Amino acid sequence: MRESRTDRLLELACWCSAFMVLAIAGWILFDVMGHGFRRVDLNFLLGSPIDAGRQGGIAPILVSTVLILGVCMTVAVPIGVGAAVALSEYGSEGRRATRLIRASLDVLAGIPSIVFGLFGNALFCRALGMGFSIASGGLTLACMALPLVIRSTEEGLRSVPVEYRHAAAALGMSRTSTLVHLLLPAATPGLLVGLVLGIGRALAETAALLFTSGYVSRWPTSIFDSGRTLSVHIYDLSMNVPGGDGNSHASALVLVALLIGINLTASLMANVWLRRRIRT
Amino acid sequence: MRNAKQRMPETLALQSNAERRRPPRILPRIHVETRKLTLRYGPHVAFRDITLPIRQGEITAIVGPSGCGKSSFLACLNRLTDLFTDCHVTGSATLVGEELVGTEIDLTSLRRRVGMIFQKPNPFPLTIRRNLELPLREHAVSDRHEVQSRMEEVLRAVGLWDEVHARLDTPALRLSGGQQQRLCIARALVLRPEVLLLDEPCSALDPISSGVVEDLIHRLRETYTLVIVTHNLAQARRIADHVALFWVKDGAGHLAEHSRCRDFFESPKCELTAAYVRGARG
Repeated sequence: MRESRTDRLLELACWCSAFMVLAIAGWILFDVMGHGFRRVDLNFLLGSPIDAGRQGGIAPILVSTVLILGVCMTVAVPIGVGAAVALSEYGSEGRRATRLIRASLDVLAGIPSIVFGLFGNALFCRALGMGFSIASGGLTLACMALPLVIRSTEEGLRSVPVEYRHAAAALGMSRTSTLVHLLLPAATPGLLVGLVLGIGRALAETAALLFTSGYVSRWPTSIFDSGRTLSVHIYDLSMNVPGGDGNSHASALVLVALLIGINLTASLMANVWLRRRIRT
Repeated sequence: MRNAKQRMPETLALQSNAERRRPPRILPRIHVETRKLTLRYGPHVAFRDITLPIRQGEITAIVGPSGCGKSSFLACLNRLTDLFTDCHVTGSATLVGEELVGTEIDLTSLRRRVGMIFQKPNPFPLTIRRNLELPLREHAVSDRHEVQSRMEEVLRAVGLWDEVHARLDTPALRLSGGQQQRLCIARALVLRPEVLLLDEPCSALDPISSGVVEDLIHRLRETYTLVIVTHNLAQARRIADHVALFWVKDGAGHLAEHSRCRDFFESPKCELTAAYVRGARG
């Protein structure tokens, strides 16, 4: 009898914790929605900011955000997948190079974003002469997203049962075709998860971009032009622009909606991909 | 010679014809042979000095307790040992006279000639069709008709055609365990190998599927040379032509006895085999 009461208490406590998480998420969403919902309309999404962003919309900021994400992923995905394949397929655990690369990944993952910002500023903006630009910002974000992409691709590759590798080898399949036909398709859901995490981290990033892509809010003319992302816009409106709170909340709502949208698309893609892989 | 025969009296000629009609008593030729084959994982010796001739078109069963190197022995015969880290093979293993140990042979063609079936059915997480296409494409068989006809041929050979021909494009992992194992056998056969290595192919299956796979293996005899590792003595007795008993001595596997199936079970040469067959050991 007493035991079952303890059981019930523990269960209650666990449920309380779970509801707390739900409450926090709900609160944030409710707050953002409540303040921003009335301001988000087509004019807001398609217009340019007026009066330092107090009025007008966020169109150029959305474009800059997409461009920066584009640069980031174009660089991070090939390098990340390549490194993951090298680590899990070609590197043996004991080798010094493998250990060194792993250690540097841990370091990369643990570095605060402000430090990435300083690094990006020194390397991309100054040393490579790209200045405050979308390219500099995207490349800096790529450095930040790399550990996430590599980790999850590696997880994906590792999750492929060893039986498949043995079966492939016993059929005389080469390493390359085992990788292309069996391992990479199996690792794709993992890769997508990494991409989403990476995009999430990149979208949320503010500090590193202040130093690298700048915060000019006009339309970018090329990727070597300075551009402001949504997160930077939110930061600027709420910290530097008195009376910018309304549009700041509206931008936050768009950002949250974007993130949720990306998450949903990725899990949908993972599903579709899995199904197609099994069909064809 | 022919003239001499023609000149023979009729009765004599008949007699020699009758004699010629009798099936030839030729011993099958040795297909795979190991001499003093030893395998080490790092410092640990898995098995030592195994000398075993494997005859063409026969089923050679390898029996013995766990951990005496039976599966590792099989892996030497298609060089799957190359995948294992720290694995070191010495001695000799030949496939029709061609040395496999320590040589720079073409692994792709070796593994086309020597197929392998694993304990746990391991079809790829693809469709049934892709499971058979993938190895063919790897070995440069891409002609559509050729692929199609080989696919049907092997699926018929393993008795799966009637069960799956209408759903070749469904995932192979949706098949039952026994069907999956037969698909794996088909996948190995599609490359037209000479030798099939089977590592406890029935032990992960239910009794009915196990029986179906066992019958299939028995049918494959004569077309292929089969080496089967099994824990099931009754199975070895039912299907094998020769039986090899591996045993552990000084922490390493060795070959305790190798003889014809009937001799192995009815008049074993060594005491160990007798005890093992009686169920007193192992």
